[in-house]
Amino acid sequence: MAELHPDNPYAKDRFADPSKAVEFPPEARKRFEHILTRYPSKEAALLPTLHLAQETWGWISPETVHYVSELLDLSPANVFGVVSFYNMYNQKPVGKYHLQVCTNLSCMINRAYDIYEGLCEKLHVKPGGTTPDGLYTVTEVECLGSCGTAPVVQINNDYHENMSVEEMDALLPKLK
Amino acid sequence: MEPIKVLTANIDKPNSTAIDTYLQSGGYERARKALTTMTPDAIIQLVKDSELRGRGGAGFPTGSKWGFVPKNAPRPTYLLCNADESEPGTFKDRVIIEKDPHLLIESMIITGFAIGSNPMSYIYIRGEFHYGATVLEKALAEARAKGFLGKGVFGTSFDFDITVARGAGAYICGEETGLIESIEGHRGQPRVKPPFPAIIGAFGGPTVVQNVETLACVPLIVENGAEWFKSFGSPKNTGPKLYCISGAINKPGVYEFPLGVNLKELIYEHCGGIPGGRKLKAVIPGGASAPMLLPHEIDLPLNFDAVMKAGSMLGSAAIIVIDDSMCIVDAVWRLAKFFAHESCGQCTPCREGTNWIETVLDRIERGGGVPEDIPLLMDMPENITGRSLCALGDAACGPVLSSIHKFTDEFRYHIEHKSCLPETKRYRRLDFASGH
Ligand SMILES: Cc1cc2nc3c(=O)[nH]c(=O)nc-3n(C[C@H](O)[C@H](O)[C@H](O)COP(=O)(O)O)c2cc1C
Ligand code: SF4
Ligand code: FES
Repeated sequence: MAELHPDNPYAKDRFADPSKAVEFPPEARKRFEHILTRYPSKEAALLPTLHLAQETWGWISPETVHYVSELLDLSPANVFGVVSFYNMYNQKPVGKYHLQVCTNLSCMINRAYDIYEGLCEKLHVKPGGTTPDGLYTVTEVECLGSCGTAPVVQINNDYHENMSVEEMDALLPKLK
Repeated sequence: MEPIKVLTANIDKPNSTAIDTYLQSGGYERARKALTTMTPDAIIQLVKDSELRGRGGAGFPTGSKWGFVPKNAPRPTYLLCNADESEPGTFKDRVIIEKDPHLLIESMIITGFAIGSNPMSYIYIRGEFHYGATVLEKALAEARAKGFLGKGVFGTSFDFDITVARGAGAYICGEETGLIESIEGHRGQPRVKPPFPAIIGAFGGPTVVQNVETLACVPLIVENGAEWFKSFGSPKNTGPKLYCISGAINKPGVYEFPLGVNLKELIYEHCGGIPGGRKLKAVIPGGASAPMLLPHEIDLPLNFDAVMKAGSMLGSAAIIVIDDSMCIVDAVWRLAKFFAHESCGQCTPCREGTNWIETVLDRIERGGGVPEDIPLLMDMPENITGRSLCALGDAACGPVLSSIHKFTDEFRYHIEHKSCLPETKRYRRLDFASGH
């Protein structure tokens, strides 16, 4: 098994820290109850529940894994297996703005790597890294299903299409 | 051939996503007609007669698939709409989802009725499509408010509702059994077939997985008949079709034509050709999984059978255009990197093979290639194809194998000279480590 990267919170904290226990706030709890009514099994509610957890806390911490596993009567190992399988679940905290640059072929042909490499350099972050002020995370992602308006940068939930290095430069100061 | 507006008839209307706009153009009348005047078997026969084939990639006859669903299975039957849209180059389902969501909902009511679906069905939409999911949720709420979803749809005894299930960033969940696993709350690892999903799929019940665009054809067939549908395209390759075109092209986008528009005509007449006075180098006709075609091979109709005959596949009709300024090794490396990243890891040949393909291509790109790399890469597909569970393994070989056979000289040059062919370049910097 591969060593976990030292920055990975699961490396230090493979088991949840009870002092950091989490619980859905009432509004999220209501949405969770609604999710349960939409699936024939509790287990099937796992992906939407994780989405809800990530919306609530920004990432899926070891404590969240434990919490969700208890909510759905699953083992933490099972939940962690699912979290780590899917790209969109953040296994460590990300910046306020998650800059996700598609570099797949159609975007690459339209110079997506210039945007991606430029962002890493300007913000002094490694690929996948977060700026020390916690403002930006830069990630290279696979095709976003928007190749007709390449290159595409997804910032948090929103697609920014027909991007360029210049547009990115102009946009960045607005993301505060 | 002229572009048409059949599947895309509504998308340019102001407020196209609102149910009132949809109702004004006869929306939900097709579902009413199907549920109140037709039997499920008659609908299945109609779809069989239309010769509709799946738009998600495999081109399987839709009516036949519905016909496989057993009538008295011990567990409920599920209808799952595949809105995963993650084959690189593909962005067509998104147009229907974001601009005409009621067309999709209406199509699912008809299809659910035809296959005897459980009262709950799902639209599995890729997690990145936040906006699309929001549009769908709103449209579903409107449809419920009008009584088009819920108990006793159109006064019949048929109960039906739809839940939007969001993916979370895994290409493999577009594969139908990976999608089923994901809906069940698991990692999206494809299942061994048989049993096929039509017999045992989601939650142990018979399951029909259908692409968004395939479903969108169904109300049109119910309204206008099978003969009308067959008036588009050619025998066994019928109907209107959305084509996605991107890469090195002047007018990228989604275009609708009768199935079988000529690829050369599409590139040069409808999409304005290659930008910057550059020349065509290669075309991928059906998404990242499809083998490449050379400029002299593109005078062909883009339908399932013709593209197959040309040694590639129509796939999701995602046309990616590569111009002559791009280093082919680097282009193929990017696709290889995608497949290595997206392999679900269950089958050793796919998990290891896709990583090796990426590694060897990167090595060649970096000037570290050796002459044996060419036979090595040519050999690789033989060890993956047919030796893994799902089609991802095979797909990963499509662009690689075709490019090495079609651009052998360029690969050789790269290995001998440790650099790109003159006048071609790579579009990334080598001092950057890969991000994932
Ligand atoms: C690796 C892989 C990825 C796939 N991705 C998608 C996808 O994103 N969307 C889709 O509709 N079909 C996708 N498919 C095809 C599905 O497995 C399935 O054939 C399709 O959803 C059936 O619907 P259709 O007959 O309407 O095309 C994929 C297949 C494979 C092997
Ligand atoms: S072929 Fe690849 S993606 Fe498909 S099941 Fe096997 S390992 Fe997973
Ligand atoms: S290649 Fe970037 S969105 Fe498809």
